[in-house]
Amino acid sequence: MTGSDLHTALSPLDIEKIRLDFPILQTRVHGKPLVYFDNAATTQKPIEVIACLDKYYTEYNSNVHRGVHYLSQRATEAYELSRKKLAAYIHASHDHELIFTKGTTNAINLVSNSFGRAFLTAGDEVMISAMEHHSNIVPWQLICEEKGASLKVVPINDKGELDMEAFDQLLTPKVKIVAITYVSNSLGTVNPISTIVQKAHAFGIPVLVDGAQAVQHMPINVQVLDIDFLAFSAHKMYGPTGIGVLYGKEKWLNQMPPFEGGGDMIKTVTFSKTTFNELPFKFEAGTPDISGAIALGAAVDYINGIGIENIAQAEEQLVGYAYERLAAIDGLRFIGEAAHRAGAISFLVKDIHPYDMGELLDQQGIAVRTGHHCTQPLMDLFGIPGTVRASFAFYNTMAEVDQLVAGIEKAAKMLA
Amino acid sequence: MTIKEKQDELIDTFSLFDEWTDKYEHIIQMGKDLPLIDARYKTDDRLIRGCQSRVWLHADWKDGKLYFTADSDAVITKGLVSMVVDVLSGQTPAAIAAADIYFIDAIGLRNHLSLTRSNGLLSMLKQIKAYALAYQAKEKQ
Ligand SMILES: Cc1ncc(COP(=O)(O)O)c(C=O)c1O
Repeated sequence: MTGSDLHTALSPLDIEKIRLDFPILQTRVHGKPLVYFDNAATTQKPIEVIACLDKYYTEYNSNVHRGVHYLSQRATEAYELSRKKLAAYIHASHDHELIFTKGTTNAINLVSNSFGRAFLTAGDEVMISAMEHHSNIVPWQLICEEKGASLKVVPINDKGELDMEAFDQLLTPKVKIVAITYVSNSLGTVNPISTIVQKAHAFGIPVLVDGAQAVQHMPINVQVLDIDFLAFSAHKMYGPTGIGVLYGKEKWLNQMPPFEGGGDMIKTVTFSKTTFNELPFKFEAGTPDISGAIALGAAVDYINGIGIENIAQAEEQLVGYAYERLAAIDGLRFIGEAAHRAGAISFLVKDIHPYDMGELLDQQGIAVRTGHHCTQPLMDLFGIPGTVRASFAFYNTMAEVDQLVAGIEKAAKMLA
Repeated sequence: MTIKEKQDELIDTFSLFDEWTDKYEHIIQMGKDLPLIDARYKTDDRLIRGCQSRVWLHADWKDGKLYFTADSDAVITKGLVSMVVDVLSGQTPAAIAAADIYFIDAIGLRNHLSLTRSNGLLSMLKQIKAYALAYQAKEKQ
């Protein structure tokens, strides 16, 4: 099978054109054309996003929400327009339900701290899953320890899918919040978020969804899914580093105390009492990453220009093709074989250390990630120190998958 | 041979390789020549933690010289460890403590000393120097 046999909304020709939007994809590594399969770690940036950052600093750099002057107003407008674009992208009912954060990690820490302070007491439980990224484990451990609450972990099956029977058993009124990833960064599993939310809501329990590996791969409608909190990072969706988003339902955000104190988040300050600003500013203390937020808006425009549905479809075919080709490699076994998957494929070849494989692929210009992928408890479950992970974006091609396969075979031969 | 001569010899050998494959095949081959650490020493206190691959290192002291044995769970790391052991084993603590290790850079494996590689090579070099300093101090007593 080759790319040209496929009928997708994005033709191979479209993908070739799209690739020109990403200057870094023309890079050569060790004298070979770069094959970038580390998109789950961070995606590359289209020229529109890069130009947006440049334009901000050359034309209207200024602080937001503060000045009456022209530049400040222009910067504020662009910053707030970006919030609107993001609200529309995930179909939030209100713009002020979107809070700019430093990224997914920061967004989850905001909720664990602020929600935790307001709603967690001794004996309560927080429910996570066995496939969480460290950034959806450690913040909860910290607040649980502080509050005398405990962490409940939903187990997974051999294929790397959530054990929904166990989920049902663990879901009791003691649970105050469920925090679960939409898509696993190490296994590629897509979790049944809609079912999870419905079940949790039957007990009145809110659900935080770690969307770091989801927002770039599939359309998300927070109202239809009825998600209470959604955390994601700009840099994994073609935007810059240092910026991300927390979506939270107004009804929850209004009940939560501020996470950090400082400028922008207050209404009035006296030494005896401070009153807080309304949403979203209550949670945006200090000067935010203005250029990053605006460039994230440009990334959303870019995605919308191609269409997230088209992206999802193209990636499904690409990942399917990669899965098929990798499966045929002698001695390769997948770590994570969920029926419903997106983005990443993890594997091991014979007893080759992932680090050795990663190094020899790198020599061939192929960038993959090796190691535990910040999901150490998950690797312990599988009884392995780590995996080789190839993670895909719509700008990747079937020809690149072929190169990966050839690269793995060559490396395996050398390491035999 | 001195530490410097050993390093220059390695650099000479590697200068013959045009292809990355030849270079890596040689590294992998060198891993097979590594004097392996005795199983009873393969304990956590001799483990040098990198983020990804692990290295176990043991030092033996004989007639005023240090001899190293080691192992790693990754084949390429093992090759690199083998080269370091080859260069530094059988030298005096003073020579090891003062040694300037330049061959890794010179044969184009500098990235293995960077923090992102986290393969334990950098920590291993530090550990070897620490052993050397400790034995140097012991000798003086
Ligand atoms: C599932 C998941 N959650 C959270 C994160 C953390 O994202 P960030 O480092 O951008 O805060 C990542 C990134 O690797 C991830 O893949």
